Amino acid sequence: MNEFGTFLSQNLAEFWHLTGFYNATWEHLVMLAVGLFFIWLAIKKDFEPMLLVPIGFGMLIGNVPFNTEAGLEIGIYEEGSVLNILYNGVSAGWYPPLIFLGIGAMTDFTALIANPKLMLVGAAAQFGIFGAYMVALALGFMPDQAGAIAIIGGADGPTAIFLSSKLAPNLMGAIAVSAYSYMALVPVIQPPIMRLLTTKKERVIKMKPARAVAQSEKIIFPIVGMLLTCFVVPSGLPLLGMLFFGNLLRECGVTNRLAKTASNALTDIVTILLGMTVGASTQASTFLTKETIFIFMLGFMAFVIASASGVIFVKLFNLLLPQNKKINPLIGNAGVSAVPMSSRISNNLGLEYDPSNYLLMHAMGPNVAGVIGSAVAAGVLLGFLA
Amino acid sequence: MKKKLILLLAVVAGCCTLASAQARKALRINEVMVVNESNFVDDYGQRGAWIELFNSNFAPLEISSVFITNDPSNPTLYPVPLGDVNTRIPKRQHIVFWADGKPSRGTFHTNFTLDPARSNWIGVYDADGRTLIDSITVPPLPADATFARKVDGEGATAADWEVRSGEMGSIVTPSSNNVIKDTNKKVDMFARVDANGFGMTITAMGIVFLALLLLCVCFYIINRIGAARAQRKKMEAHGMSHEDVHPSERPEGDSGEVIAAIAMALNEHLNAHDLESTILTFSKARKPYSPWSSHIYTLRQMPRR
Repeated sequence: MNEFGTFLSQNLAEFWHLTGFYNATWEHLVMLAVGLFFIWLAIKKDFEPMLLVPIGFGMLIGNVPFNTEAGLEIGIYEEGSVLNILYNGVSAGWYPPLIFLGIGAMTDFTALIANPKLMLVGAAAQFGIFGAYMVALALGFMPDQAGAIAIIGGADGPTAIFLSSKLAPNLMGAIAVSAYSYMALVPVIQPPIMRLLTTKKERVIKMKPARAVAQSEKIIFPIVGMLLTCFVVPSGLPLLGMLFFGNLLRECGVTNRLAKTASNALTDIVTILLGMTVGASTQASTFLTKETIFIFMLGFMAFVIASASGVIFVKLFNLLLPQNKKINPLIGNAGVSAVPMSSRISNNLGLEYDPSNYLLMHAMGPNVAGVIGSAVAAGVLLGFLA
Repeated sequence: MKKKLILLLAVVAGCCTLASAQARKALRINEVMVVNESNFVDDYGQRGAWIELFNSNFAPLEISSVFITNDPSNPTLYPVPLGDVNTRIPKRQHIVFWADGKPSRGTFHTNFTLDPARSNWIGVYDADGRTLIDSITVPPLPADATFARKVDGEGATAADWEVRSGEMGSIVTPSSNNVIKDTNKKVDMFARVDANGFGMTITAMGIVFLALLLLCVCFYIINRIGAARAQRKKMEAHGMSHEDVHPSERPEGDSGEVIAAIAMALNEHLNAHDLESTILTFSKARKPYSPWSSHIYTLRQMPRR
């Protein structure tokens, strides 16, 4: 009986050593609090709930403390564990192209096709990426790490994950969380910058309605778009190829089922897996570092520069345009690829100053150009630094 | 229909063959040792001449059925056997063949030897036995020295090769990289030459602008064509001739918003939606069979009572 009692107490002691209560450190608790904060933001404040709920809950999953030396094969970084298998889509970089397939299948490029010069606004907003790149270098990051961090300025979560998985896998968790956090905070970050850089007169510029675009043009766009951009930057092929492929599925009119699956079921599945595993990858030991603070700081700066450079570019561009073809600079912020959030901000701000000035469809042009631009910028960084 | 299918299959087959042939061309002779006195040892604990092949591709390369030879008049001298999992070379990796004349010892032992007294020509031929993938003439070498590419898989002339004595600074590297890389050269170069990131910013932004500008110009042209077509259609609707009207007086194509407004007005005017005409029409719906859309395959078996 005595032996049995010892056996039981030893078992219980061993079990106690395996529990989260025994293995918890203050870092775990901080990360759990961050995860809960994300979930609160998503549910209570409606900040990008589709992203922040999976990421927030993923943070909880990834930061439940356990004995890493017990060989339980449950951690996301332990080879062969379930989480590790799911994480392969992030670490090997194949979730982001699948998300891009869905984005392509969801995106209507009509505004861009009708007014192609708006593509240049999407290009100008990429200054955010390279502004942050320069500051990251000044803070002591190596060029490959700086490139991975700077891509946050593209305001494109999948692109940020794709590039950081290739250039700086050790920083990917912080980069992904930073990118998605700032994307959720676009309604807070962008309006003050837009107000600061525009005059009242500029904010009420009414743009000419876009012409109707023929179906054949919509079909040609993804084909020509893919060939042209990928011939210039072949390293952007995984993202750009899938983006334009998804769009062709949508526009060709004979693959509606595939387009529907890509834009609904597939995107939802990959978003769940991507969000959850990115959240789980932010384990306290790799996340709570000085670099993470820098990454969040640089990410914020990249967003500010990107938004500002889009608006400033439109103002400069207007100097070259005739009076009846001026562009409202409030759509310049939409050059970042946070689709359609930043377009909605352009529209809301435009309506604030002129209730009859609907900028949504005009802003969608630079917005989708921003998706293409950030994928091209990622391809350039990958080509130079990988 | 059958002809189209055959043509499509032929094109796909052709593409696959070309892709395979292209991949095999990435195979390189990378390093050769002729006299092995105190160097690399094979699985039998024996030393012998060896030939290192390198997959210069960034994808795995299956080399079974290629031929290795030291006789230009006999390109099919040693066929790399089929069915050995080890003949798949991972991306940018190496494989070593023992030129010991003992093929009974396994896949990686050739049926020929190298002659230490003279130059040795070595060739690798594709599975057809005619297409030369790579060849090199190895000069007479001292014991334990190799003839190796300066950079793995790179270069097509004798100047890209060097004799390696095995001493420090001239290392012999069987089954590993001829150049040991401990840093990323690209990253180092950017860190050294472009420490503030200004060069990267100018270059990368230039490329981003170029890519989107190309797209912009292309769609500007398509846009113009589309607008011209819309204008012509509108003029036809108004009974105007394209040639008779001055360009400045020609009407512009309608915007999507105008078209939507007209459609809405028509809808309201005709009350088309709320009051349906009671005429039923039937038209034959053609639904060609496809297993992707077949309902037969999506039906569950009926439950038995």
